[in-house]
Amino acid sequence: MTVESTAARKSRRSAGTKSTAGKTTTARKTPSSTDPELVQLLTPEGKRVKNAEYDKYVAGITPDELRGLYRDMVLTRRFDAEATSLQRQGELGLWASLLGQEAAQIGSGRATREDDYVFPTYREHGVAWCRGVDPTNLLGMFRGVNNGGWDPNSNNFQLYTIVIGSQTLHATGYAMGIAKDGADSAVIAYFGDGASSQGDVAESFTFSAVYNAPVVFFCQNNQWAISEPTEKQTRVPLYQRAQGYGFPGVRVDGNDVLACLAVTKWALERARAGEGPTLVEAYTYRMGAHTTSDDPTKYRADEEREAWEAKDPILRVRRYLEASNHADEGFFAELEAESEALGKRVREAVRAMPDPDHFAIFENVYADGHALVDEERAQFAAYQASFADVEGGH
Amino acid sequence: MAEKMALAKAINESLRRALDSDPKVLIMGEDVGKLGGVFRVTDGLQKDFGDSRVIDTPLAESGIVGTAIGLALRGYRPVVEIQFDGFVFPAYDQIVTQLAKMHARSLGKVKLPVVVRIPYGGGIGAVEHHSESPEALFAHVAGLKIVSPSNASDAYWMMQQAIQSDDPVIFFEPKRRYWDKGEVNTEAIPGPLHKARVVREGTDLTLAAYGPMVKLCQEVAAAAAEEGRNLEVLDLRSVSPLDFDSIQASVEKTRRLVVVHEAPVFFGSGAEIAARITERCFYHLEAPVLRVGGYHAPYPPARLEEEYLPGLDRVLDAVDRALAY
Repeated sequence: MTVESTAARKSRRSAGTKSTAGKTTTARKTPSSTDPELVQLLTPEGKRVKNAEYDKYVAGITPDELRGLYRDMVLTRRFDAEATSLQRQGELGLWASLLGQEAAQIGSGRATREDDYVFPTYREHGVAWCRGVDPTNLLGMFRGVNNGGWDPNSNNFQLYTIVIGSQTLHATGYAMGIAKDGADSAVIAYFGDGASSQGDVAESFTFSAVYNAPVVFFCQNNQWAISEPTEKQTRVPLYQRAQGYGFPGVRVDGNDVLACLAVTKWALERARAGEGPTLVEAYTYRMGAHTTSDDPTKYRADEEREAWEAKDPILRVRRYLEASNHADEGFFAELEAESEALGKRVREAVRAMPDPDHFAIFENVYADGHALVDEERAQFAAYQASFADVEGGH
Repeated sequence: MAEKMALAKAINESLRRALDSDPKVLIMGEDVGKLGGVFRVTDGLQKDFGDSRVIDTPLAESGIVGTAIGLALRGYRPVVEIQFDGFVFPAYDQIVTQLAKMHARSLGKVKLPVVVRIPYGGGIGAVEHHSESPEALFAHVAGLKIVSPSNASDAYWMMQQAIQSDDPVIFFEPKRRYWDKGEVNTEAIPGPLHKARVVREGTDLTLAAYGPMVKLCQEVAAAAAEEGRNLEVLDLRSVSPLDFDSIQASVEKTRRLVVVHEAPVFFGSGAEIAARITERCFYHLEAPVLRVGGYHAPYPPARLEEEYLPGLDRVLDAVDRALAY
């Protein structure tokens, strides 16, 4: 029996329909956390499970570091919730929430080294946090004051990329450059289940394999590409695609921060050791809408979300911290206060964010200038100045 | 040192010099290594600089440009070859969406000094997708610079300047002129990259062209001279930016302008030139700006290309019409 035919049958099996709020939506099977294909180190109940292959990558983790991962996830979720609220208040034009994907992003983000380079999509707010990008910098493009508000080279965190999958090629090229330089840094490229269908992603797999580039492809399979379920993108589990390109692919519980940390560390170490690319499929769930403009009630069932709520990435770490006495009430209370302070800081920063100068239209179009841009800037300036004349009574 | 060489060889020498003087310069493309490219423009470069700097790539144009962007982010200066004009479109998204915009989106923090070489144009009897002139499709995109040399010396120096540019440059190589020989002085001090040049002075009418059509316009001017007409020929050299000042100066003198390119006339660079020169030179013009170029039809089979492409008679016909006003 081929893999394809198995997947096709599974896909047919899960194609039953249910009616929600008068809309026909697809009820889908939720993955089992005991799936042998899925690397999991921490169960939804907060139980640490042994894994012969990946335990060593988190073996030395201290209680302090565990609390750190928990803190990262809580603060990222708080920041994300604040941004969603700011969109609802009209302060942002749009927001792409990462709700539910905190473990995938914090686990993988914390696996990177300072000299590694990150190529995100537009939803990697948690990875940005790990890289030290100020969260308020992420909001400029969603408020409409710029198209990317940070210097990629100050944190080795490239600008958000909106066109799906394009950045995987940039990541591959960057990794080819690292190899040419003889450096032992690595690159991590983020993308989603929807992007896996893009030609650029396929080409980045080909190039990275052919040149043995030190890159980790980190696919957050959050099950939905706006309204399209993963079944619309693939007949085989996404991680299995790597095999056809000649490099390993692993599926990890994307709601398990320890597993994501361990698997990404392993993959980055492979890259550093000259063993080439790896595909990591972080199996997770987009708990919210695609963006604030989306309405998931039109295409998916509440039951599915509820099933994933039981696997919350933050709750399981809290359970583990409490059961192992690694954190006390004081820690959680302090973190709650820190969360609120972050929300307030973000809120105030967004509201204070000035509109760009009108002439910003013409800035940085070229590095070395361009005669037409200069000419049009001058025309625009004269046009603007014509209003000053009117106001001056001429 | 001045030496006579073919246009293709001039680009080869220019790439060699760039590879030699800057370890960050890379050559990438399909068949650019051992084969030296299908037109041999990169001949011998891999042998001398190694396969880490002269890189045979998988057959995936988006991948070529996309990875070149990543290499540029890492500090390299990739010069990528698109094998033929009609093959560039798989890379169009990376060029338009990523390469052109990164400098602006990063507020000037990221520079992408990537050169995309495209052998372009017809006249060589090729099969479908091997004879197109897509320069206007790129000129419409802010963030790109577009140049096209017409002779060996320009090919050499404009390539040097394109590689040194911190902006992405689409370098259109007139493939039917690859074998035309010209004097190249590798010690000269070149003029600015985006400046047009008067290649023949005249008083009655200006012919403006770039790349493969410059030679044709010189032939047209020679033919017209036999009929007592004194045409000025302008080699525009750069399509974005366009040197409107030089066109204006010429038209203020001759009062008539015909723009010639192989690309389709409809929404072609000639349309932009006509609009702007009409605006700048309205009171100087004795005739509307006329255009000679390809038709609004797919590039035809090779046995029809002579009818499709601007030739001596079609350009002379336009000259006659402009002078008749």
